[in-house]
Amino acid sequence: MTNIEQLIDGVLKGDRRFIAKTITLIENDLPESQKTVSLLYPHTGKAHIVGITGPPGSGKSTLIQKLVEELRRQGKTVGVVAVDPSSPFTGGAFLGDRVRMQELSTDEGVFIRSMATRGSLGALAKATKDAVKVLDASGKDVVVVETVGAGQSEVEIVKLAHTIVVVLAPGLGDDIQAIKAGIMEIGDVFVVNKADRENVNKAIMDIETMLSMNPEREKWKPPVVKTTAIMGEGIIELLDKIDLHRKYLEGGTIDTRRRQTVETELVEAIKEKVAGAIVDDLKKKGILDKLVQKILEKETDPYSVADMLLAKRLKRLKPS
Amino acid sequence: MSSEKKIRVVVAKPGLNSHDRGAKIVARAFRDAGMEVIYTGLRQTPEQIVETALQEDVDVIALSILSGAHLALFPKIMELLERKGLDDVLVFAGGIIPKEDVPNLKKMGIAEVFGPGTRTDTLVKFIRENVRKRK
Amino acid sequence: MSDEQSLSKITKEREKWEKTTVPSWLRRNPERKGEFKTTSGINIKRLYTPEDVKNLDYLRDLGFPGQFPFTRSLHATMYRGRLWTMRQFSGFGTAEQTNKRFRYLLKEGETGLSVAFDYPTIMGRDSDDPMCNGEVGICGVAVSSLKDMEILFDGIPLDKVTTSMTINGPASMLLAMYIAIGDKQGVPRGKLGGTTQNDMLKEFYAQKLCIFPPKPSVKLVVDIIEYCAKHLPKWNPVSISGYHIREAGSNAVQELAFTLADGITYVESTLERGLKVDDFAPRLSFFFAAHNNFFEEIAKFRAARRLWAKIMKERFKAKDPRSLWMRMHVQTSGCTLTAQQPVNNVVRVALQSLAAVLGGTQSLHTNSLDETLALPSEEAVTVALRTQQIIAHESGVVDTVDPLSGSYCVEALTNEMEERAMDYINKIDDMGGVIAAIENGFLQKEIADSAYKYQQEIDNKERILVGVNDYTVEEDWVPLKILRIAPDVEAEQLARLQKVKRERNNARVKKVLDKLHGAADRDENLMPTIIEAVKSYATLGEITNVFRSVFGEYQELIVI
Ligand code: B12
Ligand SMILES: Nc1nc2c(ncn2[C@@H]2O[C@H](COP(=O)(O)OP(=O)(O)O)[C@@H](O)[C@H]2O)c(=O)[nH]1
Ligand SMILES: [Mg+2]
Repeated sequence: MTNIEQLIDGVLKGDRRFIAKTITLIENDLPESQKTVSLLYPHTGKAHIVGITGPPGSGKSTLIQKLVEELRRQGKTVGVVAVDPSSPFTGGAFLGDRVRMQELSTDEGVFIRSMATRGSLGALAKATKDAVKVLDASGKDVVVVETVGAGQSEVEIVKLAHTIVVVLAPGLGDDIQAIKAGIMEIGDVFVVNKADRENVNKAIMDIETMLSMNPEREKWKPPVVKTTAIMGEGIIELLDKIDLHRKYLEGGTIDTRRRQTVETELVEAIKEKVAGAIVDDLKKKGILDKLVQKILEKETDPYSVADMLLAKRLKRLKPS
Repeated sequence: MSSEKKIRVVVAKPGLNSHDRGAKIVARAFRDAGMEVIYTGLRQTPEQIVETALQEDVDVIALSILSGAHLALFPKIMELLERKGLDDVLVFAGGIIPKEDVPNLKKMGIAEVFGPGTRTDTLVKFIRENVRKRK
Repeated sequence: MSDEQSLSKITKEREKWEKTTVPSWLRRNPERKGEFKTTSGINIKRLYTPEDVKNLDYLRDLGFPGQFPFTRSLHATMYRGRLWTMRQFSGFGTAEQTNKRFRYLLKEGETGLSVAFDYPTIMGRDSDDPMCNGEVGICGVAVSSLKDMEILFDGIPLDKVTTSMTINGPASMLLAMYIAIGDKQGVPRGKLGGTTQNDMLKEFYAQKLCIFPPKPSVKLVVDIIEYCAKHLPKWNPVSISGYHIREAGSNAVQELAFTLADGITYVESTLERGLKVDDFAPRLSFFFAAHNNFFEEIAKFRAARRLWAKIMKERFKAKDPRSLWMRMHVQTSGCTLTAQQPVNNVVRVALQSLAAVLGGTQSLHTNSLDETLALPSEEAVTVALRTQQIIAHESGVVDTVDPLSGSYCVEALTNEMEERAMDYINKIDDMGGVIAAIENGFLQKEIADSAYKYQQEIDNKERILVGVNDYTVEEDWVPLKILRIAPDVEAEQLARLQKVKRERNNARVKKVLDKLHGAADRDENLMPTIIEAVKSYATLGEITNVFRSVFGEYQELIVI
């Protein structure tokens, strides 16, 4: 058994095998996992985290391959986490993003990891944010996260990434209508990929119209970039925009975003830990079952029970 | 579900061989058996396959080859795996591989070779029974 | 019998039979299965009667041999005149070794050649490409330059024998080499007969040997069609292939439908180029599989002919009767053959080839009994060839044209195949055509699902495979000696390639490659320049690299 110190040491040195093992440890939620993340935490915060989202087939993975190639030309190291859904029935998953990036797999400056959502309902796995931390701590200059975005769930990526790139493609026109609610508000940079196809300009116009209807939340105006990922066209421009957004964030907004990220993380950790402890306690004492029974018999309801539990705990916490 | 240990498998197509019917069938069978499957796509070099296994930290490498180039490609894969410290990964293979080559392949560290006519549940069972306790 | 009165009488009698004879028999002799289905999921009825073909109009739907809609056959007398071409797909090792195999097969009665190239060649790479290490000559013959082709066809008169080449991405280059050899032998181009498979569309979703993206790939296909229409009147520029679709896992209906959809795309693309339909359509040829289900396969071949004739006549307004012909090559289905008790494969192949012959094929390859073990050994390929000869000369099935016509079952199935295929073709049309259906993964998904279903049926024993999931034995009784490629093939081939590169005029090669680059950029028909290039001994890899740099490379859309 590799011990935690060894793992951490390896990750900090950028050793690929240790990075891989550490991500597995976190993914499998083993007892040591929390401690590992805690130990890595001080070493994080350096990487620029870019989220790539958009409907399936729009060319996200292909685009990442090209983006990473270009980043490598600029001398930057890159980590990629690509998330695909697990089957809710069998728990199995087919992780298909990597196929597009296989040419990068032997590049020492790149680390690619595929990840299944494993029971998490959203577009990210529970372990995604920690996997990103591992890659960040390993010294990667940029960490890219690919998620499938087809509805509301991809909004989660906001909590994780500094810059969010939304990838759309012509021919998925109807989908653009359907997904706009979730996706149009979170994008910092929009990409219309597959510019080799017909109707690109129409797609761009559609997006610009939709964006103009967004409420203005910041000074940043999301640009729309046209790419043909398969031919590597438009990549440099896209990278420029991503960089521009990074600079914009560094001009002040990044602190707000970081604060937000940390705050959400904290809130979630509290929820998980505190609520988890209460539930565990109830289970251990056999109270949970009884409460469930009462609810089934319609004597009470879940919300009243929660209120009751909260009142009890608060009383106990109150300084006497 | 999240705390359960998942079996991660890379289904790989080494060399120029582009017969993918069998590889896709086994990939699908593994997925339906609850495993997480990473498919490399066609025409992979030994280096790409081993790096994929390393970064994805898989438990199993499933090599599918029908071209007869296994004697040129498999030794390279096994050598690289050893060099990178991945000797705890279960490697097995299928496709068109003459019986007389099997002892040789096993000596290299390939756990088993399955040919045409193998039931997919036999393959799933083989993984479950042989996936090693990882370091 | 087709008159209404007798039909209603038959219906009445059939209903009576179903109420009386059938149940009383079933009581003691239950049927083996609840339902009987073909591989395409078509329900096979207990009995077919005139009722099942009541809408069949003989003259409209069947006609006479050699007449529209060609259901009964393309030619008036069929095998009473000329038998089908017996064409065994072969190639292994060096050009010398394959040349020897060609001569052997011709001596044993084969009537046409068919070349299998090795992986480097089919992927447009030279034998000395680092990616090809260990693959040279293993799955076919290695051809990197004209030199190899010269040896491959040494002593084979190109005006006497026709040659089919299973080559797609680099088809233009191998055709150019063939033309160059013809020129050397002094054979007029008008006399060069044969086929380049040159069907790129099915590569994207079935065979998966893709080099360039779909659009430039189709451009190259059309370049060959156009060039042949003008200069090689006896060459089939493309062999629109259902075989690979089927072998990748599709069922019979999908095979038929997707193949015709590909054909439609080639016709449309060539029309867009500015050719007239009757100038090229007569030379389009087809390639299908002969799988296990005997009647379904026969129905598929017959439906294919009828459907294509209608498409060409109605959709493309072809006038020349030969434009309506679906000339086909058939290969028995490799994936039906088993590693277990391999001698049984001889029987499977015999049945499948019988279906191909009863379906009216123009050309046939029979698989060898060692199909699941290695490339065919000389003994095995001889048995495969003999199987065709036995059907041709001993069985008597060739003595009359389309002998199964009029079978209620076969005619009903033929109709059903046509209808179901047409549904698919309409669906693909609605999607925006084959390329759209590749880009959105439809075709890949259809095939992957059928392949998985087929496997599950075998795993669950819903489909019995003799020797595999039933009637198994501990130890196979016939140990076959398999063909092994000599380990020195690669070295030999590399030496030859080096010599070619050393001895050719490299300045000339560079000039012609630059010219090719320009022509590709300008979207010209590339055939003339490719011929010039191969004649200067520019290699396959060098030419392909020029195209890679202009066209880009294709990345597969993976659907499982
Ligand atoms: C189908 C087929 C094709 C299809 C492929 C379609 C596709 N997309 O896959 C087509 C018609 C396109 C084709 C073309 C060619 N083929 Co082919 N093909 C076959 C065939 C008939 C069946 C293979 C198959 O798919 N079977 C069904 C699947 C489900 O079975 P399977 O792959 O064997 O998988 C099972 C097991 O092997 C195992 N398994 C498979 N992979 C793995 C992986 C692991 C890890 C495990 C544990 C198990 C496992 O489990 C599966 C389930 O039981 C075989 C002969 C045969 N009968 O096996 C020849 C065969 C493989 N082909 C051959 C050749 C030469 C070619 C070509 C190179 C010909 C040429 N020169 O042009 C081309 C190359 C095409 C390419 N894409 O690479 C040769 C290879 C010769 C050799 N090894 O010495 C064979 C053996 C035929 C022969 N005897 O000549 N082919
Ligand atoms: N025509 C065209 N196809 C593209 C382009 N980019 C990606 N594709 C193709 O679109 C398909 C889906 O790409 P992929 O990157 O897997 O999409 P993802 O699902 O968003 O990750 C693949 O077949 C790609 O080759 C492009 O710029 N033009
Ligand atoms: Mg993707």
